[in-house]
Amino acid sequence: MAEPNITLTVDEVVVRVAPGTTVAAAALMAGTQTRVSVSGEPRAPLCGMGICFECRVTINGALHQRSCQILCEPGMRVTTAEERSRR
Amino acid sequence: MTRVWDVIITGAGIVGAACARECASRGLRTAVVDAAGVGGGATAAGMGHIVVMDDSPAQIALTRYSQELWRELSAELPTEAEFESRGTLWVAADEEEMLEVRRKQRVYASAGVATEILDGRALAQAEPQLRKGLAGALLVPSDAVLYPPAAAAFLMREAIRMGAVMIGSQRVVSAGREHVRLENGRELTAKHIVNACGAAATDLLPELPIRKRRGHLVITDRYPGFVRHQLVELGYLKSAHSIAGDSAAFNVQPRQTGQLLIGSSREFGAEDTTINHSLLRAMVRRAQSYLPGIGNLQAIRVWTGFRAATPDKLPLIGPWPGDASLCLATGHEGLGITTSLATGKLVAAEIMGEIPRIPAEPYWPARFLEGSDGVPAPTLYGQAAHG
Amino acid sequence: MSDAFDILVVGAGPAGIAAAVTAAECGLRVGVVDDNPAPGGQIWRSGAHLPAAAQRWKARFEAAPVTRLLGWRIVDCPEPGIARAQCNGAEIGRDSTTEIGRDLHYGQLILATGARERFLPFPGWTLPNVMGAGGLDAMARGGLPIAGKRVVVAGTGPLLLAVAAHLAAGGAKICAICEQASFGQMAPLMLQVLRQPGKLWQGVRYRFATKTSRYLTRCWPVAAEGDQRLQTVTLQRDGRQWQVECDYLACGFHLVPNTELAALLGCRLEKGFVVTDELMQTSAPGIWCVGEPTGIGGVELSLLEGQIAGLAAAGKTDAARKAGASRRGALGFVRALERACRLNPQLRDLVRHETIVCRCEDVPLGALLGRTGWRDAKLHTRCGMGPCQGRICGGALEFLFGWHADSVRPPVFPALVSSFLGPETLDLPKEAV
Repeated sequence: MAEPNITLTVDEVVVRVAPGTTVAAAALMAGTQTRVSVSGEPRAPLCGMGICFECRVTINGALHQRSCQILCEPGMRVTTAEERSRR
Repeated sequence: MTRVWDVIITGAGIVGAACARECASRGLRTAVVDAAGVGGGATAAGMGHIVVMDDSPAQIALTRYSQELWRELSAELPTEAEFESRGTLWVAADEEEMLEVRRKQRVYASAGVATEILDGRALAQAEPQLRKGLAGALLVPSDAVLYPPAAAAFLMREAIRMGAVMIGSQRVVSAGREHVRLENGRELTAKHIVNACGAAATDLLPELPIRKRRGHLVITDRYPGFVRHQLVELGYLKSAHSIAGDSAAFNVQPRQTGQLLIGSSREFGAEDTTINHSLLRAMVRRAQSYLPGIGNLQAIRVWTGFRAATPDKLPLIGPWPGDASLCLATGHEGLGITTSLATGKLVAAEIMGEIPRIPAEPYWPARFLEGSDGVPAPTLYGQAAHG
Repeated sequence: MSDAFDILVVGAGPAGIAAAVTAAECGLRVGVVDDNPAPGGQIWRSGAHLPAAAQRWKARFEAAPVTRLLGWRIVDCPEPGIARAQCNGAEIGRDSTTEIGRDLHYGQLILATGARERFLPFPGWTLPNVMGAGGLDAMARGGLPIAGKRVVVAGTGPLLLAVAAHLAAGGAKICAICEQASFGQMAPLMLQVLRQPGKLWQGVRYRFATKTSRYLTRCWPVAAEGDQRLQTVTLQRDGRQWQVECDYLACGFHLVPNTELAALLGCRLEKGFVVTDELMQTSAPGIWCVGEPTGIGGVELSLLEGQIAGLAAAGKTDAARKAGASRRGALGFVRALERACRLNPQLRDLVRHETIVCRCEDVPLGALLGRTGWRDAKLHTRCGMGPCQGRICGGALEFLFGWHADSVRPPVFPALVSSFLGPETLDLPKEAV
C-alpha cells in the first residue's frame, strides 16, 4: 500500500494509515474491538462487507457507522464500543 | 378423546391470553386455539403502549381499569416483557392545544387518574429532543410501555400453569353454538366460546361490525435516552377517531433496548402488508416536526399491522345475541394491549355470571344490533360494512 | 449527476461490472450502485493480486460511460421504477458530501447483489479476530495488517484456497486450510475444474501459493478460545482434536445469495435463489438478476450472465441469446459446487446451549430450542431483529433447524429515518446524533 499519510484518532489514539484504508482496519490497528455486544462481549468485524454490523463504531459523533465500508479521512474521530446498549 | 371444556377461546393474541388466564384462574376448563401460536397478529405488530384514553367515559373507564391491572401485574412480568412505567406525554404545540391539555387534566382527574401539566420549559427539560417552542404537555405518569409478545406469552404461561390448554397447530374453521371445529375436522365442545380473533374475527363471524384498520411502524437502531416517555401529539385522537380517510399522527415510544418505535398511521381498505409509502412519508414527516433529530436515526425495519376497528371506537366485549354460548372479546382498535387485562376480567365475569368491577354494557356487542332476533342494524360505516 | 437511467445496475462485482459495461457499450444511459467505496464486489475487491481478467474488466468499467454511485446502497423501492439510494456514512459530516440520499429512476433494473458467506456458530465464534474467510480477505484488502500473522483458514469451498493464497501473498502465515468436505465429495467439482483451463490454472496457482500450508479435508473448527480476542483454535478431523495458536481464524461455510432486494421487488425465488429465464429476466417485468443470487457459480458465470442481461435489457435479444448459449454448459459448475460444499451434519453439533446464534441481539441456542420457526423465534427471543435482519444467523438457522427467513420489509439495509421522506435532500447538521 501507499504512504500512510492519513491521520485520524481511534479512542483518542492517533493512527496513521494509507489512503484506501477502511475505518474498521484502523480501529483494529489501534485496539482489539469495534463494538460491545448487547450482553457486553467485545466484538470485531466478521464479514468485512457491510452485512454483519459488528464493525459499527462512532465516527465524528455519529453512532452505528459501518466502518468496513467507510474509508479513513484526515481528522476523523473514531470511538469504539460506544453502543451503550443494554438488554 | 373428547374432552369437555368450559371455555374455548379462539385467538391467542394478548386479549385471548388475558381471557385464558382469567378463566383458568377461576377453575374453568379452558382451551385456547390459534394456529399461529401465542402473541401474533396485532399483538406482535403494534406498540405496547399502556395508556388511559379519554375520548369517551366508557373508554376512560376501561383503559383506566386495565392500566391499574397492568400496574398490579408488573412485578410478576418477566424481564423480556420490558415493562416500564415511562408515562405518556400528550404534547401541545400551541396555546390552543394547552387549553385542550387543561380540559384533559380535568377529565382524567374526575376518573381518578393523576396527571401533571408541564409548561414549555419543563417539557423541554423532560424531553430535550422535542422541537423548540412547543407550548407544553400533559404528563400521565401511570401510563407504561411493554413488549406485547412477551407479555402475551407470560399470560398464556400463567393460564397453562392454572390448567388451561393451548392448541397451537390448528386453524379454527367455525366457532359457535357450543362447538368449535378445527381445520383437521376435530370438534371441540364447550358451554362458552370466546372470539378473541382481533382483525380476523370476521373470518368466523362475518356479520361483526369490525373493519381492518392498518397501521405502519418504524423501528430504529439503539439510541438510548433519545426519548424518555411515550410521546403523543394531542391531534392523535383526531387521527385515531376520524371515521374515514388515511391519517398519520405523532406517536413515538422508547423501547427498553434504546430503540425507538415511530408511529402512527391509520388507513382503511388495505388488505395486505405492502408499505403505503405516501402514508409512511406523512407519518415520518409528522414525527420529524416534533422531534427534528429523528431523521438522523437509523431505521432498521418498517412494517404494517391490522387493528380491529369498530364503528364507535369501543371494543366488542360480551355476549353475542343469537348464540347463548358465544362471547366476543375483539374490536380493540389501537387499545388492545392496554385493555387486554380488563377484557379478560369482563369476559370471565360474564361467563361466571358475576358483576364486573366496571359496567360491561357499553362494550356489549348487542349495541350494534336491532331487536332480539339478532338482525344486524346498518353499521355506522354505511355501505361498506365489512372488511 | 443524473438521477434517471435507462438501466440501473445494483452491485459492482463481476456480474454488475459486466452488465453495466455491456449495456453502456450499447449506448444506453447506465447507472451503477455499490455499497463499497470501490468497484469489484468481494472476489475482485481492490487490494492486490487481481487476476488479469479482473484488471481488464475493471479497466473497461473505469472507461465506460456509466454513472457510478460507489459507497451508496439501495434501501427501498418505494414505487416501480424508483430505487431509493442512501450514502454510507451520510451522518458523519464529511467534506465530500452533505447529501444523504436520492431516488434513482430507472427503465430497467439489473440486480447483481452477489452473495455473502454462511456462518455457523461454534463456541468462541464471536471473539474478535474470528472472521469470515472472505471477511478476513476483505479486511486485509481494506488495510488490516496481516504480514507475519498466523491465520487458520476453515470452512468449505474454493473460496478458502483463494483467500489463503491472497493472505499468503500478503505475508500471512497460513497455519492450515481446513475443508469440511471429504476429498470424495469434492472430486466431481475437481473434475469440472479440470475441464476449464482458466479455473484449473487459477487453482494450481492458489495451491502453489499456499504449498507450505497443510490442506486438510474432513476438518473443521470446533472452538475458538482467547481472552478478549482469538488466541487458539481447536480443530477436529476424524474424531481427533488439536489446538492451533493463531492470530486470525478466517472461517466461512460457502455462500448464501443476497436476494433481499429481489424479494422486496416481488421476484420469484426458488430454494433461496432468484428465478430467471435464459436471458436473466426475473418474474418481475423489467427486473433482471445476474450472478450469485441466481445460483452460486463463480466469476466466469457471473461475467457471462452480466453480459447476457446487459444485452437483453438493452434490447439486443439475439446477441443475448447467443451469449446465453454458453451459459447452459456453465450451469453444471453451479450444481457441482453445491454438491461439493454440502455441509457435514456433524457441524450441527458444534453449537452449545450457551453459544450465541444471533450476534446482533446475543440470542443463544438455548433460547431457540423449542421455537416453532423463524417468526416465532423472532417474536419471542429477538433473534433476527437486529440491524443485520437475519443475514448472519439466517444461514445457520436454516442449517440447524430448517427454518426459512421471514418476509422482507423495507429498508433492505438500515437507512436513515429521513430517507422515508423521499427525495428531499436534507441539510445535515455537522453535529450528528
